[in-house]
Amino acid sequence: MRRRVLLLLPFLIFLVLGFFLYRGLALDPSARESALLAEKFPSFTLSTLEDPDARIDESLLRGQVSLVNVWASWCPTCKEEMPQLLELSERGVQMVGIDYKDTREHGRQFLEEFGKPFEVNIFDPDGDLGFELGVYGVPETFLVDANGIIRYKHIGYITPDDVEEVMQEVEKWR
Amino acid sequence: MLTLTVPELGLFALLVALGLSLLQATVPLVGAATRRPLWMAFAEPMAWGQFAFLLLAYASLTASFLLDDFSVAYVAKNSNSMLPWYYKFTAVWGSHEGSILLWSLILSGWGFAVSLFSRNLPRDMLARVLGVLGVVSAGFLLFIVATSNPFKRLLPSIPADGADLNPLLQDVGLIIHPPMLYMGYVGFSVVFAFAIAALIEGRLDAAWTRWVRPWTNIAWAFLTVGIALGSWWAYYELGWGGWWFWDPVENSSLLPWLTGTALIHSLAVTEKRGTFKSWTVLLAIITFSLSLLGAFLVRSGVLTSVHSFANDPSRGLFILALLGITVGVSLLIFALRAPRMSASVGFGWLSRDALLLINNILLVTMTVTVLLGTLYPLILDALGLGKISIGAPYFNSLFVPLTVLLCAFMGLGPVARWKQMPGRELFRRLLGAGVAALAIAVTVPFLYGGEWNAAVALGLVIALWVVLALGRDLFGKVHNASSPLAGLRKLSLSYWGMVIGHLGLAVTIVGVTMVSNYAIERNVRLALEERIDLGGYVFTLTELGERRGPNFLADTATIEVTRDGNAVTTLRPEKRLYIARGQPMTDVALYPGLLQDIYVAMGEELNDGSWAMRIQVKPFIRWLWLGALLMASGGVLAVADRRYRRRRSAVTESATFSNEVKA
Amino acid sequence: MALMTRAGVMLVLLLVVTRAMAVSAIDIRDFKDPVLAERYSDITASLRCPKCDAQAIDSSNSPVAEDMRERVAFLLREGRSDQEILNYMVDRFGEFVLYNPRLDGRTWLLWALPAVLVVVGGLVLAAFVRARKNARVRALSEEERMRLDSLLNRHPKETE
Repeated sequence: MRRRVLLLLPFLIFLVLGFFLYRGLALDPSARESALLAEKFPSFTLSTLEDPDARIDESLLRGQVSLVNVWASWCPTCKEEMPQLLELSERGVQMVGIDYKDTREHGRQFLEEFGKPFEVNIFDPDGDLGFELGVYGVPETFLVDANGIIRYKHIGYITPDDVEEVMQEVEKWR
Repeated sequence: MLTLTVPELGLFALLVALGLSLLQATVPLVGAATRRPLWMAFAEPMAWGQFAFLLLAYASLTASFLLDDFSVAYVAKNSNSMLPWYYKFTAVWGSHEGSILLWSLILSGWGFAVSLFSRNLPRDMLARVLGVLGVVSAGFLLFIVATSNPFKRLLPSIPADGADLNPLLQDVGLIIHPPMLYMGYVGFSVVFAFAIAALIEGRLDAAWTRWVRPWTNIAWAFLTVGIALGSWWAYYELGWGGWWFWDPVENSSLLPWLTGTALIHSLAVTEKRGTFKSWTVLLAIITFSLSLLGAFLVRSGVLTSVHSFANDPSRGLFILALLGITVGVSLLIFALRAPRMSASVGFGWLSRDALLLINNILLVTMTVTVLLGTLYPLILDALGLGKISIGAPYFNSLFVPLTVLLCAFMGLGPVARWKQMPGRELFRRLLGAGVAALAIAVTVPFLYGGEWNAAVALGLVIALWVVLALGRDLFGKVHNASSPLAGLRKLSLSYWGMVIGHLGLAVTIVGVTMVSNYAIERNVRLALEERIDLGGYVFTLTELGERRGPNFLADTATIEVTRDGNAVTTLRPEKRLYIARGQPMTDVALYPGLLQDIYVAMGEELNDGSWAMRIQVKPFIRWLWLGALLMASGGVLAVADRRYRRRRSAVTESATFSNEVKA
Repeated sequence: MALMTRAGVMLVLLLVVTRAMAVSAIDIRDFKDPVLAERYSDITASLRCPKCDAQAIDSSNSPVAEDMRERVAFLLREGRSDQEILNYMVDRFGEFVLYNPRLDGRTWLLWALPAVLVVVGGLVLAAFVRARKNARVRALSEEERMRLDSLLNRHPKETE
């Protein structure tokens, strides 16, 4: 009897393995998690896209929940995302942009053309702030709560179907 | 126009093959169970027919490629009118649909071969083996028809030209690598079929092992060559100079190789001593299961790899179901039908039985390590425990000690006797080999590298230990005979196979050790007429140019290599842009040699008109693949042994003629 | 094996590489100190590019890999230790970027299971050897057993 149990062992191991392989089919292997969830938004001192002489820092994000969107004029999906960002902004979410590895001229042009959902645009020409945020592809969107803590991250562009999910997250942390 | 209907002809042939495989999967098995000779006799014609029709289907797809029929979606995606004809030929297996068709073709080819070479098999055994092969084949053909039809048409909007074959695959190494690899993967299906047939029949005797051993060796040899070709290809094609990356896809080819190696050894024990029967059968099942797992991992998209196929979830689910049914059912059959433990004969610590058991323990541990490292990120992710990566540092940290252990015992194996051997005798025989291995291994780092290097010494000592112990054994056998020539002649081919196979592993280990520790690599900025000193060579960029290939544009560089003022070679690396896909590729320039390779890859043009180049000197890198070729030829040589060619009358005798190894 | 650097390739079942790695990047970086250059290549080989499918940052030409290499070089010149640099990257990009995962509550099994297998294998082997000894001892007469015992006792000494 004990021997039969032993002989059944390979089958049982295979069942467990098969279960994980099945679960694996539903997972997206290219999805990444953010290292910064529940961490403070990194500190920075940068100018704004509009004003080269302005100096802003992370205190900008204190006091209310904001969505920080990392974008660039050279990023094609950022254009696709603009209508959704405009919608979020209209629904009363404070939107902050980070213009990532871009030139002022191109950045401004992009906003003229595709819309201005952002209350402020942090100008990050060298991508330093982006690096601190662990940005590896544009666009990426961070939800920062009133205390300046990162609560949620959306990698890739926010599709029309994603808007509700993002809104729910915003409500959750308000 | 006949050519217009080629894809339909192919699809028709595919469907006929599917029908035949379904018959092959059922009738002979039922026939064997109910003892109906006519039903059993069904197996062979079905296997031939399946092979013939798959050959026809495959030829049709090839014809579509050669005819530039871009109305076929698969051709449009993987070929281009500018693609040279020989790559059109190999582009057939350049992506998922065609490669799975090749897989099925090879599977049916193995079935055909079984029917050809197993004339002396008992009829019911043959019917069962072919029946099981039919089941596997039917599964894959259903998969092709349901999810991956390579003959699908793009109608009515036929593209003017194709998207071209991935430039990475436009290469000689790729002409032979996938077929070799598939021959290996799929070849284990024969071993698997024999295992299942034996379980159903309850017949697991010495004759069974003698039927299985040649098939195992051949499949294993193909897999060995396939893996080595892949490594060689990666080395020269990717412009990086690496030869093994522990990528999930590479790992999934290593898994059946490791268990296949274990199987070869456990078959030896089962044949000679009649023990470990259940274990051997289990290994046969596991080896083929791991081949299937590899197909699943590569084609389902559950793991990220630089070279998984474009993925489709429905395919993943289908292969998983296929994997689940095939492996699940066979492991259940195993649990219910595995033979009773043979009377526990037992053996001494220093017997060959014990050493082969140790071999199996270590190889299985290696397999589990690779499997764990490959699947662990997936498992953690599925459990919601976060995302991690497992790469070379992890695998190396476990593989180095396990390989050292494996080789330590591997030296003893051939010398030890079955059942029991006095430690004193073993010690006396191998003392010289051990001391010599140690002495040489400790000296080489000083002579070759100029300073002490523990990693080199360790790698060399295990390789030399294996070689010298083999040499000592060979010497002993020849020495005891009346004359050396008579001694050599007395040795069986399977003994020579073992010697060459083990030697191959040692050669590979020397290659790994040397290239890992003494490779020189530098990324440099080279302007015209500029010189770089590296590893005793002087590299001078003498010319920059451009050229047009059949389907690409290339920037070219000419680099003169000299040593002490004497010309060594002229290297011409290229940076290509493949037109149809707009994909850049680097074409490496190599100066290969038995003792070292010189390797130059062209990078980007830099602002000042100079070029980024990667220059490398890779000592002993050829030994990696040379060793693999030796291992494979060892496997093939052993198959040529006389005892596998005995007629059926001999087959039923018990396994007592085993001691030809002991001269 | 230690030099094997990045995640990459041998095409086992043929690949279609969609995004990454058409050409591996050739990264030119001059360190005055050869030790630093060595550490640089080790660190960049053990960090996984977050954007790519399965590639270390040393060979990827995706922009984030370039930034990460830049930062590794910068931190090395600043005199940070290897561990500090790895932690720095993990703080920003997550555990995912480590090709050599840290030993913790979720990863210990990676090392434990192979070790357990070797031990279990050793026990199985011992059981087989014991089985033989028992079988033999049972079959011997008293006198033979004594002789055998003395023989067995002699052996370990001789092989030592």
